[in-house]
Amino acid sequence: MSCSAVLYQADLERNLYVCPKCSHHQRIGARVRLGFFLDAEPREELGTALEPVDALKFKDSKKYKDRLSQAQKATGEKDALIVIQGELKGIPVVAAAFEFRFMAGSMGSVVGERFVSAANAAMEFGIPLICFSASGGARMQEALMSLMQMAKTSAVLARLNRRGIPFISVMTDPTMGGVSASLAMLGDINVGEPNALIGFAGPRVIEQTVREKLPKGFQRSEFLLDHGA
Amino acid sequence: MTFLDFEQPIADLEGKIEELRLIGSDNEINISEEIEHLEGKSRSLTESIFSSLTAWQVAQLARHPQRPYMMDYVDKIFTDFEELRGDRAFADDPAMIGGIARLDGQPVMLLGHRKGRDTKEKIRSNFGMPRPEGYRKACRLMKMAERFKLPLLTFIDTPGAYPGMDAEERGQSEAIAYNLKVMAELKTPIICTVIGEGGSGGALAIGVGDYLLMLQYSTYSVISPEGCASILWKSADKAADAAEAMGMTSDRLSELKLVDQVIEEPLGGAHRNTDAMAEKLKQALLDNLKILQQLPEDKLLEQRYERLMQYGQYKE
Repeated sequence: MSCSAVLYQADLERNLYVCPKCSHHQRIGARVRLGFFLDAEPREELGTALEPVDALKFKDSKKYKDRLSQAQKATGEKDALIVIQGELKGIPVVAAAFEFRFMAGSMGSVVGERFVSAANAAMEFGIPLICFSASGGARMQEALMSLMQMAKTSAVLARLNRRGIPFISVMTDPTMGGVSASLAMLGDINVGEPNALIGFAGPRVIEQTVREKLPKGFQRSEFLLDHGA
Repeated sequence: MTFLDFEQPIADLEGKIEELRLIGSDNEINISEEIEHLEGKSRSLTESIFSSLTAWQVAQLARHPQRPYMMDYVDKIFTDFEELRGDRAFADDPAMIGGIARLDGQPVMLLGHRKGRDTKEKIRSNFGMPRPEGYRKACRLMKMAERFKLPLLTFIDTPGAYPGMDAEERGQSEAIAYNLKVMAELKTPIICTVIGEGGSGGALAIGVGDYLLMLQYSTYSVISPEGCASILWKSADKAADAAEAMGMTSDRLSELKLVDQVIEEPLGGAHRNTDAMAEKLKQALLDNLKILQQLPEDKLLEQRYERLMQYGQYKE
């Protein structure tokens, strides 16, 4: 919360998690967002059968396997992207949203494959694709496999483009790294949620590189709008 | 020759051999037998050390100060190289090299990173970390390659895309993303080779193609081992553990089927014998190009697309 005003949960919810006092856009979960966004029906979730695997047997201070089951328990989701084919005020669309609470919305194999199913459905039915991104970037625990998801999602968007299917990319707080440097920046229309952090390198990494403090508002939606992104 | 920490026993032996050689030329004593013996010992020692390198040791080799860079190979493999510069919009980025050349007489388009050998060149080329204008220059040349039906050969060797304020202001993310999209559908054969460090999105932005080759002691990863360690282990000192965990070496990546061919390096690494390395790399490029050039364009593109769609492992 930005203005730290005391609010009723019900008021906040009624205002779609935008602060009624200061207009700050709260981070919201993928399912909540798609719930607000799409008509109540029809709705069909895509790629539900896909589940992440720990192909590398990756272990840092914790095992990837354990991080996955923890994230799955905490969010009730199998991975960090949710795709629903439905309608927006009666217009058929495919909508995808990143769940930031699932390992910082990081993109691994399942996220990439689900995004591809979203784009394929959009092509099959000739309907627009909309994606709400909220991600720290590629999922390190899937190493190079996650980097390749950038190539995979960009390739499917190239095909979508060529078929003349519109893609609207909505970047919410935060959209960084490998997600920003692939699918999120490739919208026919790129939309940034107010004050969302959007960029390639994280602010801390940039500060360490240039050894100076970043100006206020750097890498925020409004900054990107001014710079033509 | 610069030796890495883990090569110290080899360095000691080589030092001894060098000493003996000096004595040999000063005196009349015949010590060639002893030199030969020590050379044999040095070779088998090198073989034994290099037969079981850790991922972190390979990462150090990939960044070896004497490791051959793209231009070293260009000089040895191609003829008539003509550098083409600038993104026609903002600037020329020396961290990205682009240009036309001939491979056994056949015209090709080359792209790759420039790290810089001496301090002055390193600074000028930003240690091989391109800014958006570098990727946009690359994109311009990709499209030119398509127009003139030139096969595109890229040489990856970068710590990553530059994480600076100016790069962010000019849309680093968009520049990378756009290249990924363009390369996915570029109507000409593309062969990408990791010759040193394959650092993240900054590498991938010239790394989408029909074949991905890696030199034996090059690395390719989603983030640098230091970066991974500082995020997941909260300490950059754990870089060796991160290197191991990420499986960034050519053998692990070919097991994961992310790499099509690993090109074996001379004993001790590419820098020990750049001529031999260049010869092998040239042969690999020629062989792979021959396969790709036999495919009709639609088949080539379909195959590339299918390959991209296959990336990833999951349960269904």
